[in-house]
Amino acid sequence: MFASILASGLAVGAVYALIGITYNTMFATSRVMSFTAGQLGMLGGVFGSLFMLRWGMPLIVALPLVLIACAAVGVVTEFVAVRPVLKSLDQHLYVLSTLALALMIQQVAAIKWSTEPQPFPRLFGLGSGAFDEKFWLPVLALAVTVGGLEYLYRKTLVGHAFLAVAEDNFAARALGLPERGLRVASYALAGAIGGLAGFSGGELLLAFFANGALLNFYGFVPIALGGLGNNRGALIGGLALGLFQQAANFIVGGIFSSVAVFALFIIVLLAAPQGLFGHAGARRV
Amino acid sequence: MRSETLPAQAGARATRGHASWHALLPFAVLLILSLLLPLTGNDYWALIATRAAIYWILVAGLNLIVGYAGQLAIGYVALLTLGAYTTAVLTGGKLMAPMPVWGALAAAGAVGALFGVIVGLPALRLRTFYFAMTTLGFATIVTQIALAWQSVTGGGVGLPGPDMPAPFNSAWGFYYLCLGFAVFCTLITANVARSRYGRALIALRDAEVAAEAVGISKPGLLVKVFMLAGTLAAIAGGLFASLQTYITPDAFTFDLSLLFFISILIGGRGSILGPLLGTILLTILPEIAAPLAAWATFLYAVLLLAIVLLMPGGIAALLDWRNRKPLESGRAITPRPAALAELYGQTLQARALKVQGAALAFGGLRALDGVDLEVAPGQVHGLIGPNGSGKTTMLNVISGYYQPQAGGVLLGDSPLPGNAPTKRALHGIARTFQTPRLVGEASVLQNVMMGGTVAGRASFIEAMFCLPRQLRDEREMAQRARVALRVVGLEELADVRADRLQHSELRFMEIARALMLKPCLLLLDEPAAGLSTEEILRLGALIKAVSAQGTGVLLVEHHADLIFDICDHVTVLNLGRVLAHGTPAEIRVHQEVVSAYLGA
Repeated sequence: MFASILASGLAVGAVYALIGITYNTMFATSRVMSFTAGQLGMLGGVFGSLFMLRWGMPLIVALPLVLIACAAVGVVTEFVAVRPVLKSLDQHLYVLSTLALALMIQQVAAIKWSTEPQPFPRLFGLGSGAFDEKFWLPVLALAVTVGGLEYLYRKTLVGHAFLAVAEDNFAARALGLPERGLRVASYALAGAIGGLAGFSGGELLLAFFANGALLNFYGFVPIALGGLGNNRGALIGGLALGLFQQAANFIVGGIFSSVAVFALFIIVLLAAPQGLFGHAGARRV
Repeated sequence: MRSETLPAQAGARATRGHASWHALLPFAVLLILSLLLPLTGNDYWALIATRAAIYWILVAGLNLIVGYAGQLAIGYVALLTLGAYTTAVLTGGKLMAPMPVWGALAAAGAVGALFGVIVGLPALRLRTFYFAMTTLGFATIVTQIALAWQSVTGGGVGLPGPDMPAPFNSAWGFYYLCLGFAVFCTLITANVARSRYGRALIALRDAEVAAEAVGISKPGLLVKVFMLAGTLAAIAGGLFASLQTYITPDAFTFDLSLLFFISILIGGRGSILGPLLGTILLTILPEIAAPLAAWATFLYAVLLLAIVLLMPGGIAALLDWRNRKPLESGRAITPRPAALAELYGQTLQARALKVQGAALAFGGLRALDGVDLEVAPGQVHGLIGPNGSGKTTMLNVISGYYQPQAGGVLLGDSPLPGNAPTKRALHGIARTFQTPRLVGEASVLQNVMMGGTVAGRASFIEAMFCLPRQLRDEREMAQRARVALRVVGLEELADVRADRLQHSELRFMEIARALMLKPCLLLLDEPAAGLSTEEILRLGALIKAVSAQGTGVLLVEHHADLIFDICDHVTVLNLGRVLAHGTPAEIRVHQEVVSAYLGA
């Protein structure tokens, strides 16, 4: 039992952490928390199933296509729901515009795909029991993503530009950085990360339109735990959440595990509003 | 003075009476139409109208959260679900002996109040996205529990809703019950909206920092509103369960949350009529557009996006023709300091402000480095210095936005704690801001009335039911606000939306708002910035007159002429330290001040 809690906890935790990183990547360049983050995860699963099972593509073709499709959705998010409301960030209109777009994506998936969970293909057919690929694939995807982001941010010029925009938008623009282009790029990147989350977790969560709303919430909890914009916080928070949820699932049963997660969420928000690894807010007066 | 001002007041009252008659007319028409609806004898219409009434019971409460406080509660269907299941379970007798339906509805209301607060807890401290997420997460888990807790909720099979006793067991009888309750909810939420609590909610939404300065505490206020909205939502849920006759988790889709939320947005923020019309519209719409049922969520989402991007003001803004009339151009602000006596009354408890050794560093930057400052009652104290010398930081320490790392602030003999801006108003400390902080959508009068928040005596419950003390509060506050506007010379603009004023007028409006407190200490942060020479002279005379009432004035300013004209005492800051202090005459010739700041 311990092994299966650990395996499934780390697996769903990795998916949550990836969605958390999706939120963060969008937030970094735009200061916007977008409700499309969870939907991107859902789309990763749905596109994967569509490309591989319905259209019979091999993994080597399907995975890049999924990532490209989700990146495109990310870019659409930037154009439709983020750019028009950036001027009035303090009014929080982005909450509504991104929610509207997220609901459109979800509804199209429900009608054009299916309202029932659809099977997701077995990608490699490796492992069994607690070492089944469906458990370690999300963890692998998380490791690759976090490693890749660290490399991007620390070693590449584009990554430095991302950080500059995230740190101080105005100053970055004054330095002549293409702030808009970087923002669009970060939304594409976020889209791909969200898609990877859904794709790698597809064997666990299946290709189901309602995953979007679920991932929206469970992917946000790691952010609340780890602090807004903090990828390492999201990583630790996501894995901790996954383990906590699965442990609660085994110990108190399915109904109350979601209650436990919700209670944990509220308590953390109240006790450490900036997250466990975050830092205090900006000057107001 | 009195005889001269009376007609003006009477005139103002008459226009207000006129305005409120206009405002009530649409409600009266709606009420008459809905009372006459049974004449159609069409039970299908009874069903739709009852549904609209029930939705409105929920939306009316939610409107205070979303439309007034600006908190984005997007998952409120969860409280409807909670209320529906609580009522159904209690009357069904699965958990214990069956309860009468009224008792069950009351219990549902209590449960709703509790969960309304729990879901709202993050909103008390965190930015609004967290609250949106919490309500969304709550909506998700409530549905999961309704599905999974089969022994109580019946799981996916569901359970029967409560039966209503006679005479409410017929379609039209139940309709009248829900209608009556909807009217009641309209009244109490409108009463709250018009009270100082309603003004405080809008202030928290649009000018949180200014709201804190006048003594509005966000957590205390929001908790009350969350309880009210939660209660109404859960009671709406109980009625909804009865209307459905049988409830399953499927009946409470996220579409409903969207419907509630969008009703308010279509209706417009800070309005009761708008969201009411929005609710009716969105309840009827799916009935007309039945073939599109499968795409309902999609259409709601498109609607939501369209409103956000194209029509942020909603129906209420479209209906607000009064504020589209052009204002007279070339207006001059003519303060009447003589009216100050009326505003202040007899007694002002004079207390001196003492700042001792205040030090505050932001990282490596020493914004304040051991500053002493004393403002005597009835004196104008100038605080000058180059940009970045710590003037505004000093004001923020005095008004409690910052906690100094060393040193302290005393008013009279009582020490003022740091990080407690909402407590300053109670001590009689009022302030204005470098950029005017105002509620653009509220009238000038309402903005000024905000300044008198701490003088209000009526409790939230008294405000809900518009009890005598509430009426007296409102009357007194409005009257004082008109006097304050006369003092600063803006009484002609009292009923205009504040965001239509010119910049200089906003500066004077902020002063009027601060004067509402009858402050013993008034902090002015660059009040002359952006004013014409003529206006600066009038401002100077006004400030002198205010200090003559016994108020100590701390004036941060860059206009050297104004400082040297009206100050009794001047302190010069440079790099977080006091460079010099003394009378204007001494400062004017102070060698270091001249070289560091004034210039030769």
